[in-house]
Amino acid sequence: MSDPASTAEARLPKDIAAEKGMVNVQIDGVWRQVPKGTRMIEACRMFAVEVPHYCYHPKLSSPGNCRMCLVQMGMPPRPAPGQEPVRDENGYESIGWMPRPVIACANTVGENMGIRTTGELVEKCREGVMEFLLINHPLDCPICDQAGECRLQEHSVGHGRGQSRFVDMKVKKPKNVDIGPRIRLDDERCIMCSRCIRFMDEVAGDPVLGFTQRGTYTTLTVHPGRKLDSNYSLNTADICPVGALTSNDFRFQMRVWFLKETKTIDVNCGTGANIVVWTRGNKIHRITPRQNDEVNSCWMPDSHRLNFHYIDSDHRLTEPLVKKDGRHHAASWTDALAAVRAGLDRFSAAETAIIASARMTNEELHLTMELAEARGIEEITTVPRSGESDGILISADRNPNTTGARLVWRREDPSFRLAGILDGVRSGKIKALLVLGEDLTEAGFTADDLAKLDFIASTQLLAGPTAEASDVVLPGAAFAEKRGSMVNVTGRLQRLNRAVEPQGQSRDDWEILRDLAGRKEPHLIEDVFKSMAAKVPEFEGLNLSKIGDLGKAVVETGVTIPLLENERARKAAGQIVG
Amino acid sequence: MPVIKVKRPPLATGEKFYLGAVFKGFIITLRHAIDSMRGKTRGAKDLASSGLGATMQFPEQRWDDHMPEYYRGAPALVTDEQGRERCVSCQLCEFICPPKAIKIEPGEIPSDDPWAKVEKRPKEFDIDMTRCIYCGMCEEVCPEQAIYLRKDYLITGGTRAEMIHDKKKLYEIGGVRVGLVNKWNELK
Repeated sequence: MSDPASTAEARLPKDIAAEKGMVNVQIDGVWRQVPKGTRMIEACRMFAVEVPHYCYHPKLSSPGNCRMCLVQMGMPPRPAPGQEPVRDENGYESIGWMPRPVIACANTVGENMGIRTTGELVEKCREGVMEFLLINHPLDCPICDQAGECRLQEHSVGHGRGQSRFVDMKVKKPKNVDIGPRIRLDDERCIMCSRCIRFMDEVAGDPVLGFTQRGTYTTLTVHPGRKLDSNYSLNTADICPVGALTSNDFRFQMRVWFLKETKTIDVNCGTGANIVVWTRGNKIHRITPRQNDEVNSCWMPDSHRLNFHYIDSDHRLTEPLVKKDGRHHAASWTDALAAVRAGLDRFSAAETAIIASARMTNEELHLTMELAEARGIEEITTVPRSGESDGILISADRNPNTTGARLVWRREDPSFRLAGILDGVRSGKIKALLVLGEDLTEAGFTADDLAKLDFIASTQLLAGPTAEASDVVLPGAAFAEKRGSMVNVTGRLQRLNRAVEPQGQSRDDWEILRDLAGRKEPHLIEDVFKSMAAKVPEFEGLNLSKIGDLGKAVVETGVTIPLLENERARKAAGQIVG
Repeated sequence: MPVIKVKRPPLATGEKFYLGAVFKGFIITLRHAIDSMRGKTRGAKDLASSGLGATMQFPEQRWDDHMPEYYRGAPALVTDEQGRERCVSCQLCEFICPPKAIKIEPGEIPSDDPWAKVEKRPKEFDIDMTRCIYCGMCEEVCPEQAIYLRKDYLITGGTRAEMIHDKKKLYEIGGVRVGLVNKWNELK
């Protein structure tokens, strides 16, 4: 029995692991099986062993320049010719620990490797790296926007020495530099991790950032004559581990420790990027991307990220309005809803049309269809909204829920009736319109067309031409104020969550639709989803909580997201961890 | 829950009448009365006024001179000897404040300001004195030596709005404080 190969059951752990494409790695004294080719830092993360790091980012290449992720590594000593490797009773070879540390971010694991993330050597290394990083770092924390989510702050508590031994002058570098329309640079705070440089080069495809000078004078700069004006520039502020790159929009708005995070999705295009909405009280302070490798990876475009200020702007409608003698007057919800119902009752179903929006959630679209069916209204449509895809994340379909409208309404093109409705309005066949969240001037209607109609009721977020022309305006909820679900261009069912309460008296749209139908039920949006799931086979067996934070793929659309294709190619080529 | 019955100590016959205790009280009061007539009470000199000295004649007389060094009065913002407002609106005091009395709206220092390099200062700084509990946490947490509890104790107002100290009022109470660390000064 001394020879392990002599019996079938006494197989070596390395062979058992190799069958699964795994290798055995000892992480902090415990043997683990890890997929072959995994980076050491990721192997540690798999087993909740956190290796502190600055420059490493799984979606970017790993230059290994911050040296914070140093760990101790060991491999079995190479046996002399003819010598059998010495194994312990579990079949593992003894580890010969290397006297110098290695970086965990750029090295991959090997069979029978040992990793130590604690111990004197590793801790001394980290302390040394921290001390060097803090030599020239300014004492800006009280005014720095990154404070509270700063890696340097966190690691200096965890691995720093608390006091500076440095007696010389700190190196002076440019501060408060305007390098782009949305980003502010503070070079003194920069720790030269080069994440932003790599991001602009590898993901945004606009390599405008780089280092100049050498040694302690190394300075992050933007290429002469260029600006950091890519539509993805704000992602650099997200990945900056310190406060060197900060957002102009969020600059000095609020300290991050006051903010509450709500996971939801972006509604500015069909991609439906996963986001976190950061709020304090009832005010949204910023939006950041949330990692979802099937949708937006870790990134989102600036144009979408900054598109939330309208929610509490002066243009926001916060009260139901009823038009009397050509002027809008504030009304109670009961009166306004009664006015809409009475207005629609004056016309036959053939004289009425509903223009809904593919910006509505599935639940709202479902209730809209039920409302149309209850009234016998045939003419029901959404408004198409397309632009050009930017080849990264922004989809050509600028409506976030076109796929959802297709599924919920069981129509190939939910907007095909729009032209017919416009003709109907012009010919006078359609006399009453119920507009849900759309501005009709964007859909090709002119002011004259709107004036022709006898009755317009609309749910609106903002004051605008359609709200102006409406006989009754019902204030709806913005995307951060409601719950519900949407299906993105790739056919992924995703969930919206409420980050803030609707402004003023405005209400969640699905409640408005329910009340418009004169119904008391359902009371909960979960019940709306349930009744919708009974009709839509793709949603069968799902509910809002089962969708989860990362969504569920419910249908194949054949549409892909260019950024993810690019990322997968780089992952397959071994450039990134992914 | 276990219950322990505590037995009262039995009273002696004299104690049951408690007349003795009443007389004891009378005598103590009488002694204080005589002391105050002779001007021998504690603080008689400090509080000397129209009365006999045992009572401070508030508000003609004030506590101001009798305040111990560690007295915690109204929190206020200070400027330093260079006239710079110390607060950079890091909002740590707002965060730490147990009764949530502090409300800060941060703002940016314009680039033409001599202290533009500090970048940040409060646009609004309100302390709701109906909420303040004078705990001194704001002073303790301040990384910029900008907020101090002063000796002001007479915080009164006819309305709630009057009880909210705004930035102007806070600097008025705080005044100038010298000998602080001037970390924002240009190094020579």
